Amino acid sequence: MAKKPKQDKQEVSTTGHTWDGIEEFDNPLPRWWLWVFYATIVWGIWYVIAYPAWPLVNGATAGYKGWSTRGQLEERMTEADAANAEINAKLASAELTEIPDDPELNAYAVSAGGAVFRTWCAQCHGSGAAGVQAGGYPNLLDDDWLWGGTLDDIHYTIANGIRNDEDPDARWSQMPAFGDILDSESIDRVVNYVMSFSGEPRDAAAASAGEEIFLNNCAACHGDAGGGDIYQGAPNLADAIWLYGGEYETIRETVTNARFGIMPPMGGADLSEAETRAVAVYVHQLGGGM
Amino acid sequence: MAILDKHTILEKNVMLLAIVSFLVVSIGGIVQIAPLFWLENTIEDVEGMRPYSPLELTGRDIYLREGCYVCHSQMIRPMRDEVERYGNYSLAAESKYDHPFQWGSKRTGPDLARVGGRYSDAWHVDHLSNPQAVVPESIMPKYGFLKDRLITPENIEDRLRTDRMVGVPYTEEMIANAKADFKAQADPDADTEGLLTRYPKAQVRNFDTAAGISEMDAMIAYLQMLGTLVDFSTFTPDVSR
Repeated sequence: MAKKPKQDKQEVSTTGHTWDGIEEFDNPLPRWWLWVFYATIVWGIWYVIAYPAWPLVNGATAGYKGWSTRGQLEERMTEADAANAEINAKLASAELTEIPDDPELNAYAVSAGGAVFRTWCAQCHGSGAAGVQAGGYPNLLDDDWLWGGTLDDIHYTIANGIRNDEDPDARWSQMPAFGDILDSESIDRVVNYVMSFSGEPRDAAAASAGEEIFLNNCAACHGDAGGGDIYQGAPNLADAIWLYGGEYETIRETVTNARFGIMPPMGGADLSEAETRAVAVYVHQLGGGM
Repeated sequence: MAILDKHTILEKNVMLLAIVSFLVVSIGGIVQIAPLFWLENTIEDVEGMRPYSPLELTGRDIYLREGCYVCHSQMIRPMRDEVERYGNYSLAAESKYDHPFQWGSKRTGPDLARVGGRYSDAWHVDHLSNPQAVVPESIMPKYGFLKDRLITPENIEDRLRTDRMVGVPYTEEMIANAKADFKAQADPDADTEGLLTRYPKAQVRNFDTAAGISEMDAMIAYLQMLGTLVDFSTFTPDVSR
């Protein structure tokens, strides 16, 4: 026997459906719920008028607010640019070498330059800027510079790159592949001689025999004492810091086939002048800047 | 309730229900799909777009074969953080010759839509051979075997024809010269006038510096052209789209 449904004092009518003794009350909806429901309908109508909504043939209805994803992006970019406009203008126009002396500008440049470095430079030079010797990507933390370590030098290298085809002002030099010029024994001697600048050669007799070969073939760029030449990007061979590695086999490979490290230009299309300067200041302050 | 009463006709006639359901679903489909063929922001015509050169297309096929898309998207979204990192947001037109497109909603590696020209060829060889050698924190697998797999453009004409069937405008001339173009793009000494007329901005060099055309050459040729065709210094996308 079904129990008679409990009722409030006030009689509520039923909807009239009856099935197996079950009836449905026709209670009114809660007021708060009903009003929220109406509000969402009103909000929905407003949204359709305000924002892009109905797809038509050539485009959607634009909405009176004129909102678009591209427009929103442009707004945010402009906003961010405007917020930094003043200090970026100062950074781009200041005397490059004087930036580190201005604490506020320097702090901004180092912080902005760090962001640029992690986006554009870290893939080759490492996120900590220690380079990758196996690939010949230079370490930027030491004070050994291929093309010069002053702020101006670093800035030029970043802006124009090294040995690339894109930028006519790129730094450029090319070591000949001595495998085509010297015989195997001469290469062995000169490699030993190069090793003797900063440590022990593998074969002392070969090293002393290599001096003449070095002076005739290598000294024009690397200097008589192997000190290198930053105006030609000729590495210093006497400081025990090696771009590709200082073992006999690696140096022999370098002499035989030469190396041709490339860096893409970052100035122009990729980085603005302020960004280029910021990352130059960042790299300069990493420890090795001169 | 008169019209709702007629509903019982549908409920009692399964064939009629199927036909009317199909009609209703079709309307939904047409409203969603049909405008894409006419919407101005999906068919935006952008200067500089051209079909992939035979070598780039081969590189792209290797990219798909190796499943690069599982970790790398090719779609820069119109958001400030993405634009600052990767460059101008991607336009629909930039993937119009992609079959299939390489958009994605998940990235394990970075977006590659504009990776072209960002790194040197030597970096790509180093990185594909052993990603951890240049990026120690990377979890990307090694693809050094690409260097050892020499490829010949045996079926390249048919490959171009297949793309033409789905709407990529390869001309008869492009198909006739496909084999020659394939070889010329990886040979810095080749006569590339025809190649560059057919595929403007195609980059010609021995990408991996090793002898012969390997899968590595094709892959780097593809990577180095990604996102480089549209010149954003002369083309400004319509902001309202």
